[in-house]
Amino acid sequence: MTDLVIIGGGPAGMSAAIAAYECGIRDILILERDEHLGGILQQCIHNGFGLHKFSEELTGPEYAYRYEKRVIELGIPYKLGTMVLDITKDKVITATNAEDGVFQINAKAIILAMGCRERAKGALNIAGSRPAGIYSAGTAQKFVNMKGYMPGRDVVILGSGDIGLIMARRMTLEGAKVHAVCELMPYSSGLARNIEQCLNDFSIPLKTSHTVTEIHGKERLTGVTIARVDENRKPIPETSEFIPCDTLLLSVGLIPENELSRSMGVDLSGITSGATVDQDRQTSIEGVFACGNVLHVHDLVDFVSEEAEIAGKAAAEYINGMVETTVNIPIKTDGKIRYTVPQVITKSKDVTVFFRVSDVYKNVKITVKSGDDVIVSKKKVRVAPGEMESIKLRASDIEKRKELIFSLEVV
Amino acid sequence: MYDVLIIGAGVIGGMVARTLAKYDLKICILEKENDVAMGATKANSAIVHAGFDAKEGSLKARLNIKGSAMMESVCKELGVKYKNNGSLVIGFNDDDRATIEELKKRGDKGGVPALRVLEKDELLTLEPNLSRNVTCALYAPSGAIVCPYKLTVAAIGNAMDNGAELICNFPVTDIEKIDGGFMVKSGEKSVSSRYVINCAGLFSDKIAAMVGDESFSVHPRRGEYILLDKECGGILNHTVFRTPSKMGKGILVSPTVDGNLLLGPTSVDIEDKDDKTTTAEGFQKIIKEANENVNGLDIRKTITSFCGLRAVGSTGDFIINSPVPHFINAAGIESPGLSASPAIAMYIESLLRESGLMLNEKSDYEPTRPAMHRFREASIQEKNEIIKKDRAYGKIVCRCETVTEGEILEAIRRNPKPRDLDGVKRRTRAQMGRCQGGFCGPYIVELLAREQNIPFEDVTKSGGNSYINLGKTKEAAKND
Amino acid sequence: MDRKLTCIVCPLGCSMVAEVENGKVLSVSGNTCPRGKAYAESECINPQRVVTSTVRCQDGSMLSVKTDRAIPKEKMAECMEIIASARPQLPIFVGDVIIKDVFGSDIIATQNRS
Repeated sequence: MTDLVIIGGGPAGMSAAIAAYECGIRDILILERDEHLGGILQQCIHNGFGLHKFSEELTGPEYAYRYEKRVIELGIPYKLGTMVLDITKDKVITATNAEDGVFQINAKAIILAMGCRERAKGALNIAGSRPAGIYSAGTAQKFVNMKGYMPGRDVVILGSGDIGLIMARRMTLEGAKVHAVCELMPYSSGLARNIEQCLNDFSIPLKTSHTVTEIHGKERLTGVTIARVDENRKPIPETSEFIPCDTLLLSVGLIPENELSRSMGVDLSGITSGATVDQDRQTSIEGVFACGNVLHVHDLVDFVSEEAEIAGKAAAEYINGMVETTVNIPIKTDGKIRYTVPQVITKSKDVTVFFRVSDVYKNVKITVKSGDDVIVSKKKVRVAPGEMESIKLRASDIEKRKELIFSLEVV
Repeated sequence: MYDVLIIGAGVIGGMVARTLAKYDLKICILEKENDVAMGATKANSAIVHAGFDAKEGSLKARLNIKGSAMMESVCKELGVKYKNNGSLVIGFNDDDRATIEELKKRGDKGGVPALRVLEKDELLTLEPNLSRNVTCALYAPSGAIVCPYKLTVAAIGNAMDNGAELICNFPVTDIEKIDGGFMVKSGEKSVSSRYVINCAGLFSDKIAAMVGDESFSVHPRRGEYILLDKECGGILNHTVFRTPSKMGKGILVSPTVDGNLLLGPTSVDIEDKDDKTTTAEGFQKIIKEANENVNGLDIRKTITSFCGLRAVGSTGDFIINSPVPHFINAAGIESPGLSASPAIAMYIESLLRESGLMLNEKSDYEPTRPAMHRFREASIQEKNEIIKKDRAYGKIVCRCETVTEGEILEAIRRNPKPRDLDGVKRRTRAQMGRCQGGFCGPYIVELLAREQNIPFEDVTKSGGNSYINLGKTKEAAKND
Repeated sequence: MDRKLTCIVCPLGCSMVAEVENGKVLSVSGNTCPRGKAYAESECINPQRVVTSTVRCQDGSMLSVKTDRAIPKEKMAECMEIIASARPQLPIFVGDVIIKDVFGSDIIATQNRS
């Protein structure tokens, strides 16, 4: 029996492990499928990480190294190259690696920290041929940054997620020509700073309300047809334009990797594609916690680390038998607030609730209500789906409430 | 000089090669692409039809029923998954019912076993996710599913293990009659053989014309498909066809042997034999009709969409004959070609025998090809046994489909050896899951480069100019 | 003359306006913090960027690197060329200087490689 098994050794897993260790848990095991700790950060060689946590701008590998160093200093055990194949409801983990073969571990508590993956081209059903030269932005990032190869020279990017923007700059700096970034929505899902320093710096056009309608080329990609879309996101044929290119990168969204969670019976949210959790990031299965991008996709790794600390601490309390559920307050949202994390509060203590809005709104008031009582309200000049928001609730705000409703109104 | 040259490494060429490999013959398969199973074999409905579709007395009908009956044992010998899931032709109105009655009569006459017409209640008990608007269905318990490219890889691998040769990237450009046989050319290269079998699919009319047979033509019919995630695979157990009408055969919905759900195909006659493009109209048609047949399909769970070209012959039937001595056509092999393939191979064997080829059985012929290791499906004990022998089986490369490095290396080292990423995908399912190779693709490129001893940037997606990478970093910046 | 800017200092990405007259920044508005103001001033007069990239090590593996401070924006391409020619020896630790003084900045390793 192992006290705490953490599935995933990326920023969430390492941060959760350190937090649990600092709460006195020593019997910890991190299982990481890659050959290194740090997860996807190792290929995110750009800077911009760590401003919240360390008050300095770090690159992805540097940010990962801060945690890796700590994991090693504390002597927290981890296994690399280890893939978890199955987890049961009773917390029996089956995993495999080349050293140990297939093995099973009974865990007292589990933290799910598997991260997310990119939405693949298949899901888009783009018409045309199926040549080489179409990659998700993250795959291209791996080729360029980890392997040292250029997946293409003349590039069009579909989707303006941050990885796509970062790759536009990265490939440009390595000598490729990025012809355009097409975004289906009327606004970018990427950070404003990335549009500035990754596109504008290099005069790369961002075409909002545009999509790729056809793929051309038999063996290697020879070009794409792009078109403007109407307000229902349907392409307008008269606006079609052919762009010759040898590469199409897709940056069209991230999906939490919850296959293990699903098969073990953790309740998942249809909106986040992650587990539904309480303020401790505990899932519907007692002693099973989730944090980081497997729970919901974050904009900043700093927030992943913070969330993982909450889960790590809570897992430690669970292992030490300090479980006490005092209340049961579901958090509901109106249509304009897309989701909150957590989705339920089970303890009367101060809680920061994270949420995303479902569209771009200007001059809004965000209100947390219980019945007719307004508990907190907050004004914002602009909110967008790409930017996670948060509201802090005090223990005294929560007590004796039946439910909390998060709503947004344009004022 | 070979005894038999087979032009085309699709399911027909593969089955013919395997059937002939038991005899003491020097056999070679010529393929224009970088891998086997690259034409219609790669992209079709993956169904072993019960055999009530084709007109009575046609070669299609005869060979379908015979081939379907052989398929399970062929798959067993070749270590390929075969699932006898049964099929349903569903009807929505009186016209459909009349057609279904007719199909049943035809099938009964032809010897299709145990056909039955189901009424609505029984039908919905059998498949609760069918549309509530169904009125009846033709139930064929003998219908089955198989993976056509894995079957072909296994058939050709088995033929090669028994001595047959395979030459890829050999598009036949000319055939010359020479003393005692033919010289088959591809540009400057040539091979000669006593007998030639034309299994060139869409291009079989061109091959036949090279020996002066212009009695038929083959044209491409586009069939587009959408493949859904395994999460959706459990919606149906049976293969569900729409009742054929003047509008065509309609969109089918079928589980695959690997647990996905396949929707399609469209059916559009086109001109270009290389045009495997999908279309927005095609997607719309598939989605609309599939939703008419089955409830609860989630198109957002699409893994991939693709297009196959059926080789439609001008005669309306399979064209299997010998237009000139020592040259045999197996042309116009459209649906139910996959189902009929083992029987087509036997038929060709008989034609060869009739034309005087000596068929002496080899003493060391090995009919079975052990199945690939399938880590995902093995028990923990089995998994550990194989990891003990080779630790590469403990390392998962493809997370989505749980494929190990061991399985990928096994596929790369085994006949017929894949040279490109798609070849590895078809053999192992690595890159075939939800992330479509996003995570494991770069590592598989590395394994392919290492095993073939070629540079990383020379690895292709599917041969030719389909390079995955176009050079190294740090070079463009220097050159510009 | 007013110049519109998007701050790149932190993920907030404030929209700012800088009032520029004769190569001098007279005022900055829209910033949330002093670093935003400093960025706007620098961006109008002498725009600077941190460059992150990779170098190919002696063993052929790729190592991530960065300029340890921002360099003039127009020197980015030249900086990439200099980085491209480096072939450092292993082992390398986070923070090791790979190339000294590239436009006033050192190129340092952001990864360990042994």
